[in-house]
Amino acid sequence: MQNLPLPVLNPALFEDVANWFCQIPHSATIGLEFVMGERGHATLRVPYNTALVGNPRSGVLHGGVMTSLIDTTSALSVFSMLNEREAIATLDLRIDYLRGATPGQPVYCTAECYRLGRQIAFTRATAYQEGNDQPIAHGVATFMRESSQAQLGSKKEGA
Amino acid sequence: MVQLEILHAAKESGNYDSIIDQIPYAKLLGVVMREENGQPLFELPFSDHNIGNVHLPALHGGAIGGFMENAALLHLVWARESAEVPRTIDFSLDFLRSGKAQSLYARCDITKQGKRVANVRMTAWQEDESKPVAVARAHFLLS
Repeated sequence: MQNLPLPVLNPALFEDVANWFCQIPHSATIGLEFVMGERGHATLRVPYNTALVGNPRSGVLHGGVMTSLIDTTSALSVFSMLNEREAIATLDLRIDYLRGATPGQPVYCTAECYRLGRQIAFTRATAYQEGNDQPIAHGVATFMRESSQAQLGSKKEGA
Repeated sequence: MVQLEILHAAKESGNYDSIIDQIPYAKLLGVVMREENGQPLFELPFSDHNIGNVHLPALHGGAIGGFMENAALLHLVWARESAEVPRTIDFSLDFLRSGKAQSLYARCDITKQGKRVANVRMTAWQEDESKPVAVARAHFLLS
C-alpha cells in the first residue's frame, strides 16, 4: 500500500486540539510538544528532563512518560481524521518496550489512526529518537468515539 | 536502583517516601506507598498537574497509566527485596471509567514470578474498589 499524504481533514479543529492536548496540565507537566500532523497521522515529542527519569542510575525515562506520550499522540491521530469536534476516550492501550530511551535526547512519537469506525477508532504508534532506527516502544490503542457530552478543545473554555 | 538498607528501613517504619524519592517520575506524579494488611497500597493524591481534561475535570489517562506502572514496579521491589528496579517489557492498560478529581488508589498482584520475568496485574480505583477506574497487566524483566 502506498502512503500518499493528505492534509488533516479539518485543520482548524486539528490545530486547536493539538494545542489543547499539549497545554492540559499533565501534558505541560511532562513538557509535551506538537511536531506535525497529516491525515491519519500525528507526531508529538517529549524533551529530555531529569524529573521524568525512572532509574536515576541509568537516566532512562520512565515507562509512564511513554504511556502519556503514546496515549496523547494516538488520540491526536484520531482527530486528524475528524471533521467535527467530539470527545473520545481511550478504551485500551498496550505498549511494548523495545529499548530504553537514550538519556539527554527528546523522544518522538508518531501515531497512525488506521481504522476510524463509527464507534471505535484503532491506532498504532511508534516512539523513537533521532539518529537511531531502533524504536523505543510500540503502542496499539482503541478509542471510544463520542464517549461523552463533554467537549474537547479550547472552545468551551470558561463555559 | 533502590538501596536495600533504605527498603529495609522503609519496611520497618512503614514510611516509603524515601523509596519514592529515588524514582524521579514517581515523585513528580506524587505517588504515595504504604502497607495495608501486609500488602502494599498505592495512592495518587489528587493534584492539578495530573489533570487531563480540565472541563470535567478528569485525571489524564497517561498519569493513571504511569501511576499504575510505578505501583507495579514498587510492588515488585517490595516483594522481591531486590535492589534492581525491574524493566518493563510490555504494559497493557484498560480504561473502564474516567478518573475524577480525587485520590486514585492501586493494588497489585504478582500473577507469576519466574526467574527472569514477572507477570503483574494492577487495579486502580477511587471510591469503590469494586468499581475500578482502570485495570492493567504487565510483564517485567527481573534480571
